[in-house]
Amino acid sequence: MSKVEFNKETGPREVFCGLTSIVWLHRRMPDAFFLVVGSRTCAHLIQSAAGVMIFAEPRFGTAILEEKDLAGLADAHEELDRVVNDLIARRPEIKTLFLVGSCPSEVIKLDLATVAEKLNKRFLGQVRFVNYSGSGIETTFTQGEDGALKALIPLMKTSNEEKLLLVGTLANNVEDRFKKIFRNLGISNIESFPPRQSTDLPKIGKNTKVLLTQPYLSDTVRDLKHRGCEIISAPFPLGVEGSTKWFLAAARAFKISELKVHEIISPLINRANLALESHKEILKGKRLFLLPESQLEISLARFLHNECEMDLIEVGTPYLNKDLMKAEINLLPDNTKIVEGQHVEKQLDRVRETNPDLVVCGMGLANPLEAEGISTKWSIEMVFSPIHGIDQAADLAGLFSKPLKRNQILTSKTLVTH
Amino acid sequence: MELTLWTYEGPPHVGAMRIASSMKDIHYVLHAPQGDTYADLLFTMIERRGQRPPVTYTTFQARDLGGDTAELVKKNIKEAVERFKPKTLLVGESCTAELIQDQPGALAKGMGFDMPIVNLELPAYSKKENWGASETFYQLTRTLLKEKVSSSQKISPLRWKELGRRPKVNILGPSLLGFRCRDDVIEIQRILSEQGIDTNVVAPLGASPDDIERLIDAEINICLYKEIAEASCEWLKRNFGMEYTNTIPIGIKNTIEFINEVHKKLDLPLTNAEELENKSKLPWYSKSVDSNYLTGKRVFIFGDGTHAIAAAKIAKEELGFEVVGLGTYSREMARHVRATAKDLNVEALITNDYLEVEDAMKKAAPELVLGTQMERHSAKRLGIPCSVISTPMHVQDVPARYSPQMGWEGANVIFDDWVHPLMMGLEEHLIDMFKHDFEFVDGHQSHLGHTATKSKDFIDSVEKKDKNNNAGIIWTESGRAELTKVPFFVRGKVKTNTEKYAILRGIPEISDETLYDAKAYFS
Repeated sequence: MSKVEFNKETGPREVFCGLTSIVWLHRRMPDAFFLVVGSRTCAHLIQSAAGVMIFAEPRFGTAILEEKDLAGLADAHEELDRVVNDLIARRPEIKTLFLVGSCPSEVIKLDLATVAEKLNKRFLGQVRFVNYSGSGIETTFTQGEDGALKALIPLMKTSNEEKLLLVGTLANNVEDRFKKIFRNLGISNIESFPPRQSTDLPKIGKNTKVLLTQPYLSDTVRDLKHRGCEIISAPFPLGVEGSTKWFLAAARAFKISELKVHEIISPLINRANLALESHKEILKGKRLFLLPESQLEISLARFLHNECEMDLIEVGTPYLNKDLMKAEINLLPDNTKIVEGQHVEKQLDRVRETNPDLVVCGMGLANPLEAEGISTKWSIEMVFSPIHGIDQAADLAGLFSKPLKRNQILTSKTLVTH
Repeated sequence: MELTLWTYEGPPHVGAMRIASSMKDIHYVLHAPQGDTYADLLFTMIERRGQRPPVTYTTFQARDLGGDTAELVKKNIKEAVERFKPKTLLVGESCTAELIQDQPGALAKGMGFDMPIVNLELPAYSKKENWGASETFYQLTRTLLKEKVSSSQKISPLRWKELGRRPKVNILGPSLLGFRCRDDVIEIQRILSEQGIDTNVVAPLGASPDDIERLIDAEINICLYKEIAEASCEWLKRNFGMEYTNTIPIGIKNTIEFINEVHKKLDLPLTNAEELENKSKLPWYSKSVDSNYLTGKRVFIFGDGTHAIAAAKIAKEELGFEVVGLGTYSREMARHVRATAKDLNVEALITNDYLEVEDAMKKAAPELVLGTQMERHSAKRLGIPCSVISTPMHVQDVPARYSPQMGWEGANVIFDDWVHPLMMGLEEHLIDMFKHDFEFVDGHQSHLGHTATKSKDFIDSVEKKDKNNNAGIIWTESGRAELTKVPFFVRGKVKTNTEKYAILRGIPEISDETLYDAKAYFS
């Protein structure tokens, strides 16, 4: 393991809670509905994080707790029943309904598991109910996906068929690319979790080899292990290096020769490196500060340093699972400063002291930092954009070079006055 | 429990954040779990603010709940006070913290600070954003001025005469994330100053706690947005005798009425009454022949109370529209909206449910929708032109250019904003009429193009769906063909009326002739 510097920090945080992941999860599974059991704050959060209100009836909503629901839990269960009935009557096309716990529902100890169990009996064969918590007292941002996936595992049937299981939400086009490459490598049985249809859950068992596409799935990984799945240890498929090592690790697990992998992906690597050049020119030598939010920070830091030659000032992460991140951490340069957790004020003090060229941060902080003359990249874009894989490496670099390029355009005088 | 997909208002602590962020030298310690910081982006992204809201979130976690969350609150308060050195501290809780009952306000007061501390109790499970903003502004005003209550005499609106200076007023209510507040303030100050009236304090937008303490240097208060400032104005009236205005200066008639009201209260002679009509281009633009086509346009209005009521008045009296629907999501303003709706012979729609609003919109078959961003989306789906007149805020509602809603310039802005989409609506109608001509090609449409086509599909699908619901009435080929010739924006209405007529007369089949019979019957 390279000698990185681990730090922990506690204090006021500026991160999203796990509910936010509904914004991409509901798009991944168009036959599922996410019902948050929470407060007006929860509803407002998802609405604000989603940014636009473009859907007539989105496939997510909030059962807002009111004063009378707090008075007696029995009544709250009954009320939730009523809301679910109404919802299913209105949206008969829904196949899976996620009951999503929130801070208030956790604090009043609303037992969503029991509610889900009862509803499963009543709507047997029509709608399946699962529950998980996206509450801010337990989860940050991407951990919401971890909770949602973990909740689906008990519904997955057992099969000892050998297969490669890609775990973590991917953009559909990226998923298709990956599957094609794996097929070319000779792995034919490939499935994804979460699937594109919530009812289309993969079967798992002791010959299932799990390859993670996202670094924030600690609980899901643990439960998949319990079901006998083998977890392939690899860096995450961000950038050329990460993706190459990721393919290689999968190939090793399926006893496919390294040579074969290189044969298939070399042309991809060559064209990706070519495409990276123009971004590298902008990013090279620029100093980067990553604030914690998506748990993608360590992989991004590795990519931006190793492939784009950026200097790392600080790599924040809301949560660090050293086991899961081992392969990534090994690829970081020595003395990388990793900070788990946050004291947002102290961290911003460090940002100002070190005066980075680029800060990766949440939307609440971006414009204030820009106003101080510091270029930023909002981290939420990483979870909405197709950034995985060799073919997307240049696009990923582009997310970071763009703000710097724009800054350069706006501050330079290029046209003479005639 | 209430099922909510999209909501018009945030929780009450977001209202408190609006007040804190609008002001200077204030800090708000909010007892809240992680995730509640999302609210920062409302200010930094929607308003494009270059500063973070002055808010410290205590960020408690599940593991803290077993231990001492009260200590966590105190630690955060201490750090926030040391770091930000506010002149006044607001302390409150979000929905989750309300349940664990740490009473952060009381804790803060016990910490020995010498600055004023406002303890905000904003019930998250029964109240909403505007109420929270109003309550926060009221509690802040009360906290900073209560010691002066007993020592002060009642403030006479005529005091300026004794003091031998120009009259002074406060402008109360404008805040961040309020609709066009930034520009309304400039416009109103300009109007008042032209009339020889000075602005003492604008609050909360841009005010400091010192400014709040100076509120009583003015003779009267201008209550610019009742949603935010009415409670504070009422308290200042009860305790200091300060009168406040009732008229919201949106539209020409209301602006003139507002100026009259201010003059009357201050006993200041109004010397330029005749000039006022010509201060805005709206009256002439509305009178000019080109505006003839605006007459009787059916308009559906939904928004916060202040803007919805003002819009109804302008629509009816200044542009000659017919108001076919009026409503608000603001329960605190329901009484006022109902009264206006009654004057207009429509039933007021008071609801939080945007789908209910969309249904009402569909039924009213308007030619123009004046609403919030939600109604803009609904109207787009129905192919009806729309102009946004109210919060909830969207980044588009914070334009770079000066574009108030109030006063003379506000009336100009309103004329343009309401009439331009309608012009495009008219253009749409022409496209609809000419679309069977051979010159017509797909894509040869204005910005509303494809949604309008969709609206036709939509109405067709409604026809199919409704088939069984109309007492077995059948549309014949000729009836159907005639219906498609009706302009898209009234087609729904014509269809409903014709069916109503058919039922009334016991006609089982609707032909082209039935359509004309019905038209004659209802006109």
